[in-house]
Amino acid sequence: MFQNISFKLIFAVGLAAILIISIFAYLNVRSQQQVLLAEVERHSNQLSETVKSSTRYDMLLNNRPHILKIVQQIGDDPSIKDIRIMNKEGSITYSADTSQIGHILDKKAQACYVCHAENQPLEKLPISNRTRVFRVHPDSSRVFGIINPIYNEPSCWTSDCHAHSRTQTVLGVLDVVISLKNIDAQIASAKFKMLLLAVIAIMALSGIIWFFVKNWVDKPVNALVTATRQVASGNLNYSIENVSSDELGVLARSFNNMTQKLSEARLQLVQSDKMASLGRLAAGVAHEINNPLTGILTYSSFLLKRAKDNPELKEDLEVIVRETKRSREIVKGLLDFARQSVPKKTKVDIREVLERALHVIENQLSLKQVKIVKQFENDLPRITADANQVQQVFINLIENGADAMGERGGTITLTAAAIQLAPFGILQVKKAACPKGHDLIDPAFKIDGLPSIRLKAASNGEEGFIHLHPVYGKPAHHYGIAIHRKSKFTLSCPRCNISLLEEGKTCPSCGSAVYALEVPSQGKLAGCTNKDCAWQYWETAEREGKKEYVEIKVADSGCGISRENLEKIFEPFFSTKGQKGTGLGLAVVWGIIDNHSGTISVDSEVGRGTTFTLRLPAEKG
Amino acid sequence: MKKTTDLLVIDDEPVVLDAVVKLCSAEGFQVDTAAHALEGLKKIAQAGYRLIVCDIMMPDMDGFQFLERLAEKHVATPVIITTGYSTVENAVKSLYLGAIDFLAKPFTVEELLSTVRRGMKYQELSQSFNAAARERNDLYPVYVPCPPSYYRLGYAGWVNVESDGSVKTGLSDLFIKTLGGIRRIEFFEREEEIVQGNLCARVETEDQLIHNVLAPISGKILNFNETLSQNCALAEKDPYFRGWLYTVLPSDLEYELKHLTPCSSDRL
Repeated sequence: MFQNISFKLIFAVGLAAILIISIFAYLNVRSQQQVLLAEVERHSNQLSETVKSSTRYDMLLNNRPHILKIVQQIGDDPSIKDIRIMNKEGSITYSADTSQIGHILDKKAQACYVCHAENQPLEKLPISNRTRVFRVHPDSSRVFGIINPIYNEPSCWTSDCHAHSRTQTVLGVLDVVISLKNIDAQIASAKFKMLLLAVIAIMALSGIIWFFVKNWVDKPVNALVTATRQVASGNLNYSIENVSSDELGVLARSFNNMTQKLSEARLQLVQSDKMASLGRLAAGVAHEINNPLTGILTYSSFLLKRAKDNPELKEDLEVIVRETKRSREIVKGLLDFARQSVPKKTKVDIREVLERALHVIENQLSLKQVKIVKQFENDLPRITADANQVQQVFINLIENGADAMGERGGTITLTAAAIQLAPFGILQVKKAACPKGHDLIDPAFKIDGLPSIRLKAASNGEEGFIHLHPVYGKPAHHYGIAIHRKSKFTLSCPRCNISLLEEGKTCPSCGSAVYALEVPSQGKLAGCTNKDCAWQYWETAEREGKKEYVEIKVADSGCGISRENLEKIFEPFFSTKGQKGTGLGLAVVWGIIDNHSGTISVDSEVGRGTTFTLRLPAEKG
Repeated sequence: MKKTTDLLVIDDEPVVLDAVVKLCSAEGFQVDTAAHALEGLKKIAQAGYRLIVCDIMMPDMDGFQFLERLAEKHVATPVIITTGYSTVENAVKSLYLGAIDFLAKPFTVEELLSTVRRGMKYQELSQSFNAAARERNDLYPVYVPCPPSYYRLGYAGWVNVESDGSVKTGLSDLFIKTLGGIRRIEFFEREEEIVQGNLCARVETEDQLIHNVLAPISGKILNFNETLSQNCALAEKDPYFRGWLYTVLPSDLEYELKHLTPCSSDRL
């Protein structure tokens, strides 16, 4: 919990908030306090000047009862704690509180100390030194005192009473004491408000940070952690979903990319490992079987040699020798297969390979009354291929064609032509995803034997799925729900419902709405939502431009392949030939063509025949 | 002088030993057997043999190691290698290591006997060649070694790289002499591919045996020697020039030349 990144972030931000807000609150409260005190000081000074000036005249007349009255009347104000006038000796001569009159103040008292700290009392004082803040009792509220010296002036010593001599500078002191209770209460309330604000601010900040950290950092990081654990435990098919568009999203995407590459590499590794162990097995079997076969072949051929004069025995022995030789060829084939795992690619002329393949099975074909029609274009570009493997492909396909025609025989047409193919209508979309990275490929719904792309559509309150043909530019899409061009509809990812429609864009050929899918690491694929419109645009593929291929067709006039079998013919161990076939022929064909980055497709009509179309990329230049 | 037996067969498979013993004895050869290479080496040390037939895959020591050991001990007895794992690589490697012939299992009586006969003849020829060399009687060559610019696979087939990048192949004089009289040569067709170490022609001899010729190089056959097919004696007269077999467009000359022996090394 404390190691948690979100906790650490919240802790750091909270700490910073506490620091800033406390400093701010402290400074704020202090300045408020100072302003208030200054105000009090100004008021008190004014007040004491007022008292002084209003009593001046009476002082000159020495009208003591009148002075006392004024002092008492002003001192009645509830905020004024006390007004006292002391003479030079410290004796209180006038006071709002009459009980104090006559008391002699100690020079160490609060009001006197400022001037009488030294033995020689000060006579002139700045205002800051004339004020004091103190408590009467430790429990009582604070009070503010201001002393105002009453200076001697000519009218004092010239007045009739002659109370003061001329030499005196200060005749006495006016001391006004004002209660700070209200101000203290104001300051306390301000402090409390500040504290409250600080607590609320810190909590709100932490909350907001917690929320965003949770969503922007915690979740994607946790998803990454889960993904790495999955990958570490061997699940390379795991991919992170709901990828955001920030740096963590980039990380997640590159992680997905990495696992995918790893998984492909592992598949490749497993495949080559399989081939290698199959090769070892074949080699072992070949070696082990060849020894007993040597025994059979030598003894039988020896017997055959000695049985020249015995035609009956000779015939039987010939069968043994012939069949043993056949076994020898099978084992040799096994060894060749084992060695095939390492293809040896060179530049080859496809016509030569075709001719050689025909030459190998020529006898077999004439026995089965199969006529071969060759339609080879001149000047075919060369291809980079393992001639033996490609020859094997043709032999397998031609033999299959011959087998499909049965005893009546028939015709096999071989065509070879150079073609230029734009990616449009050819390239298969093998991966597709919504902007959030959800896989849209639906292996359960195949169109022309290829996994389709599934989108969710809603129109007129109905919901359904649209399966797009995975070949770029092929309009044979399957609409599970009718979409009317005029009415409103939505097209979204079946997983996260994110809209796949491109806002504000329309199809350049028919004007319908346009969808856009991500093809991971191969850009964007856009297409028209109109079922009858073939418009699609895949920028990455278009940029690569046209490519040259050699297209070879092997067409037979045989029995054809039923629709349900058509999907399975390239799967290993699928055979319609019963005991005669191993079910590996077309699987090997598929593997070889795939190894040569070619494509193979099949068209068939039951009773009319089958056509295999191979496309192999031509050598550049 | 050690007692000399005709043939020593080394194989870990009893049925192969039995078969070879039976067939060769019927032809009048004396045959000795060994169940593994070490036993074979022991026997060779004790007695002399005219010819050895040895398997490749055996426990403890395989056929290749056996060939190397013989070369170390300067045993001149010619060796025919036979194996159930008859890949091109094995065939080429054994010939490169000094075996005179390669016989793929399973073999027929004819294949075995033609190979053994050839081996016996080879032994005779090389012995008299050595004897002639010892006596410095160079005026009477037992056989003509192939020209120094040529390469050979084993002792049978030669290769010469022509100026136009194609190669010519043919049979060595020594091989032709081991055959005896040639009656007919069965060629492969033009345009066909031949693979180094695999069959490229069959030679039928006067004694009605059919001898397999292994291709010294891989490639596409551009042409075969029509004059030779009409007049087989040409090979015996001029095996290295007018008696050529094929012109071939090699598929991987550089790589395959590494497995051939340069004929210049024969004259050291």
